[in-house]
Amino acid sequence: MSHEPQADDPRLVEESDPKLGYLGSDFSIKSWLLTTDHKRIALLYLASITFFFIFGGVAASLVRMELMTPRGDVFNAPDDYNRTFTIHGVFMVFFFLIPGVPAVLGNFLLPLMIGARDLAFPRINLLSWYIYMLGGLFTMYALVAGGVDTGWTFYTPYSTMFSNTQVIAAALGIFIVGFSSILTALNFIVTIHTMRAPGMTWLRLPLFIWAHYATSLIIVLGTPVLAITIVLVAVERVFRVGIFDPAYGGDPLLFQHLFWFYSHPAVYIMILPSFGVISEIVTAFARRKIFGYSFMAGALLAIAVLGFLVWGHHMFVSSQSMYAGLIFSVLSFLVAVPSGIKVFNWTATLYKGSVSFRTPMLYALGFIGLFTIGGLTGLVLSTMATDVHVHDTYFVVAHFHYIMVGGMVMAYLGGLHFWWPKMTGRMYSEFWGALSALTVFIGFNLTFFPQFILGYMGMPRRYYEYPEEFQVLNVMSTAGASILAVGYLMPLIYLPISLLIGKVANANPWAAYGLEWTTASPPPTHNFEEIPIVTGGPYDYELQDRADQQREVQEQGIV
Amino acid sequence: MWDFPLFPQSASTHAPKVDAVYIGLMIVSAAFTLSFAFFVLYFAVKYRRGSRADRSGIQDSNPIAEAVYITVPTLLGIGLFVWGALVYFELVSPPGDAVDIYVIGKQWMWKAQHPEGSKEINELHVPVGQPVRLVMTSQDVIHSFYIPAFRVKQDVLPGRYTTLWFQPTKVGRYRLFCAEYCGAEHSRMGGWVTVMEPSEYEEWLEGSSEQTGMAVAGEALFRQYHCSGCHGGNSTVKAPPLEGVFGGPVPLLNDPADPNSGVRIIQADERYLRDSILRPKDEVVAGYEPLMPSFEGQIPEEDMLKLVAYIKSIGRGRTTRPTTDRGMQDGEGAPSNITEIMGMGTGNGGDAR
Repeated sequence: MSHEPQADDPRLVEESDPKLGYLGSDFSIKSWLLTTDHKRIALLYLASITFFFIFGGVAASLVRMELMTPRGDVFNAPDDYNRTFTIHGVFMVFFFLIPGVPAVLGNFLLPLMIGARDLAFPRINLLSWYIYMLGGLFTMYALVAGGVDTGWTFYTPYSTMFSNTQVIAAALGIFIVGFSSILTALNFIVTIHTMRAPGMTWLRLPLFIWAHYATSLIIVLGTPVLAITIVLVAVERVFRVGIFDPAYGGDPLLFQHLFWFYSHPAVYIMILPSFGVISEIVTAFARRKIFGYSFMAGALLAIAVLGFLVWGHHMFVSSQSMYAGLIFSVLSFLVAVPSGIKVFNWTATLYKGSVSFRTPMLYALGFIGLFTIGGLTGLVLSTMATDVHVHDTYFVVAHFHYIMVGGMVMAYLGGLHFWWPKMTGRMYSEFWGALSALTVFIGFNLTFFPQFILGYMGMPRRYYEYPEEFQVLNVMSTAGASILAVGYLMPLIYLPISLLIGKVANANPWAAYGLEWTTASPPPTHNFEEIPIVTGGPYDYELQDRADQQREVQEQGIV
Repeated sequence: MWDFPLFPQSASTHAPKVDAVYIGLMIVSAAFTLSFAFFVLYFAVKYRRGSRADRSGIQDSNPIAEAVYITVPTLLGIGLFVWGALVYFELVSPPGDAVDIYVIGKQWMWKAQHPEGSKEINELHVPVGQPVRLVMTSQDVIHSFYIPAFRVKQDVLPGRYTTLWFQPTKVGRYRLFCAEYCGAEHSRMGGWVTVMEPSEYEEWLEGSSEQTGMAVAGEALFRQYHCSGCHGGNSTVKAPPLEGVFGGPVPLLNDPADPNSGVRIIQADERYLRDSILRPKDEVVAGYEPLMPSFEGQIPEEDMLKLVAYIKSIGRGRTTRPTTDRGMQDGEGAPSNITEIMGMGTGNGGDAR
C-alpha cells in the first residue's frame, strides 16, 4: 500500500524551510485547498471573511450615501435601498461578525494556546470552511442576482407572504452557513476538553480559550433553532402552510420568539470571543496578570447562560405579554453585570502595570471605551419605558454598532495586529498601525454617536427617506463613515505589504506570555517541536520578568 | 443649517416621564463611561512602561472590590428596572375615560376612524387633554404606530388588535411614523398627528363627510351579516345575547368541545369580540352549543371594527386593563358572584352564541 505524502505529513516539515514554518511546507494551491492544518484553514477564513466584510462594507457605504439627503437620490427606488441594507445586515452578521474572531483567530490560536498539534477534527475543520464558502457564495448570488428586501431579521408575515424577492435562496444560504458554525464550535469544544497539554488545567487556560468555549456552547445550542426557524419560513412561503401568517392561521409573534431565541445569543457569539482577545492584549501590554481571573472566566459563562434568557427584550412593543416583558427586562439588566465585571477587571489590570501603547493595545483601549458606551446604552433598551420610544429607531442602530463594530471589529483588528507576526512571521509598520487604530476610533464615533441623538429624536431605522429635521445629524454620520472607511482600508494595504517588506518577527515580538509565543513565528506545521508541559497559570508576567533577569545574570555574568 | 433640534418635542402626559427615565439612565451611563475613561487613561499614563510609579503590592484579585462592583451595578440596575417598569405600566393601562379611535395599518398607509364616523388617512386628529386609546390592526404585514413627540409606539399586527393610549398636552402637529419595516414604501408610511382644542376638534368632526357613527354603521352591518338572526332580540334561535357582554365577565368552557369540562371566566374585550366572530368554536360560552359558523375571510377589517364598535356600544364599558395582553386573559378579573353571570346563558341547551 503506497500513498503520496500529504500536506500534513510530519516528514514534510523537516524538508521545508524552517523560517517559513507552516507557510513553507508546500506552496501549491492544492496544498491550501486540501489542507487540514488549522493555521492554514485560519488563513483561508481570513481571506474569505475579509472578502465578505468588504462586500458588506460597500453596501454600508451605499446606505450612508443615500442617507446624506432626506429624499431618495443614490438609489432609483426604495426597493434598491431595502435590498442594499439587507445585504449589509446579512453579510455582516452571518458572514463576518459571527465567524470573524472564532474562525480566524480561534482557529489559528486555539491549538497553539493549549499546546496541541491541531484541532480534534482537522478534516471537519476544513469541511466547515467549505460549507462556509458554499453558504457565503450562494447567499451572495441570491442577494446580488435576485435581491432580498426583508432586512436581516426576515420578520413574518412580510418575508413569507408579501416579499417577492429571493427570500428562500437567501435563507438557504444562511441555513447552510449555520452548519459551518456548528462544526467549528463542536471542534473547539472537543479540542478544549481532550487536547490540552499536560499541566494545562481548566483554571490555567487563557481567557481567550474560555471565551471560545463559552461561544462554542452558545453556537451548538442556539444555531439549530435558527435552522428550524428558516425551515419553517420556507415551508410557509412555499406550501402556504399557516405557521406565522395569521391569514392562514399562524402567529407572527412565534417567528419573533424563534428568531430572537437564536439571534440574541448570537450577539454574544459575536462579542464573547472579542472579550477573549482583549484579555490577551491588555495583559500583554500591561505586563500583568489579568485582575480577577476566575471572575473573568465565570462572567463569560454567566453571559452565555443569561444570554439565552433575554430574547424578549427585542419584543417589548410587539404585543407580547407585559408580564413576559417584565421578566425579560430584569434579566437584561442582570446580563449587564457580568459584562460590567469584564470592563472593571480590564481597567484594574492596567493598575500598577507597565503599559505600552503598541497598535494592538490602541485597538484594545478603543474597544474598552466603545464597548462601555455600547453596553450602557443597552440599558436604555432594557428599560421598558424608554425602549418603547427608541425601539426600531436609530438609537438601536447606534447601540448595536457600538457593540458589534466598536466592540467586535475593534477586537478583531486588535487581535489580528497582535498575532499577525505569529501568523505571518512579519512585523507591520507600527506607524500605520497606530494611525489606523486612531482613524477607526475617531471615524467610528463620528459615524455612530449622532445616531443615538437621531434615535431619541425619533428617526425610525430602515428609512429610505426621512424628515428634513434629521438631515444635519445624518450628514455628520455619513461624513464619519468616510473616515471609518479610510481607517479600515489602511490595514488592507499595510498588512499585505508587511508580508513583502516587513521586518522578520522573532518567536515572541511583544515579549508576551502564553504557549503560542513559545514556538517559532510562523509556527511549524505541527506547532511545537515538543509538546509543552504547563506548570503555571496564564499571564504570569512577573515570573517571566524574573526568568529574564536570571537569564541575563547567567549569560552576562553580572552579579 | 445649524438650527437643528437635538431633543424631540414633548407633547403628551407620558413624554416627560419617559424623558426623566432616559435622563436618569444617561446620567448613570455618563458617570460610568467617564469614570472608566478616566481610570483607563490615568492608569495607562501613570503606569506607562518606563515610568517610575510605585508598583509594589500588586494584587491578582480582590474579593472585596469584586463584591462591590457586582453588588452596586446590580442594585442600580434593579432600581432603574423598577422605575422603567412603573412608567411602562402607565403606558399599558389606559384610563377609563379614554376615547377609542380605530386604526388600520396597510401597505403603506394608516387609516383611522373616529367613533363619530370621521375617517382619515395618514392623519390623526385628537383633542388636547383628552386620553385617547387606539384600537389597531393590520390588513397585511406587521406595522408599528409611532409618535415620537408622545414617546409611544406599538406594533400593529394582522389578525389581532393591539392598543395604545396617550393624552396629548400641547396643541400642534406631530410626526407619525411606521417603525416596523413593512416593505418598499416603509419610509413613506407616515403622516401627522394633529392635536386640537376640543372645540376645534368638534368642528373638525362635524366637517367630515362621514357622519354615521361607527356603532350605528356597525348595527347596520350586524343585520347585513345576519348576526341579528340569532343574536337579535326577536330571534327564534337562542344565542347568547350581546347586551352587556363587552367589558363584563364571560364564562367559557375550558374545553370548547366538551360541555362538562368546567368553566373559566374571561373579561370580554375587543380581542374576544373579534375572535368570537372569526373563530367562534375556539371559545364557547358555557351553556351554549358551538353552532355559530366562522366568519373568517368574510368581513373586511373596517367592517369588523364597526361591528366591534356596535357590540361595545351595547356593552358595559371598558375595563381599564390592557386588552392586548394575551398573557393575562385567563381567569383574570373573575367576578365574585358566579351565578350572576351564569344567568346570562338562560337558554340552556340553546344554540350558537
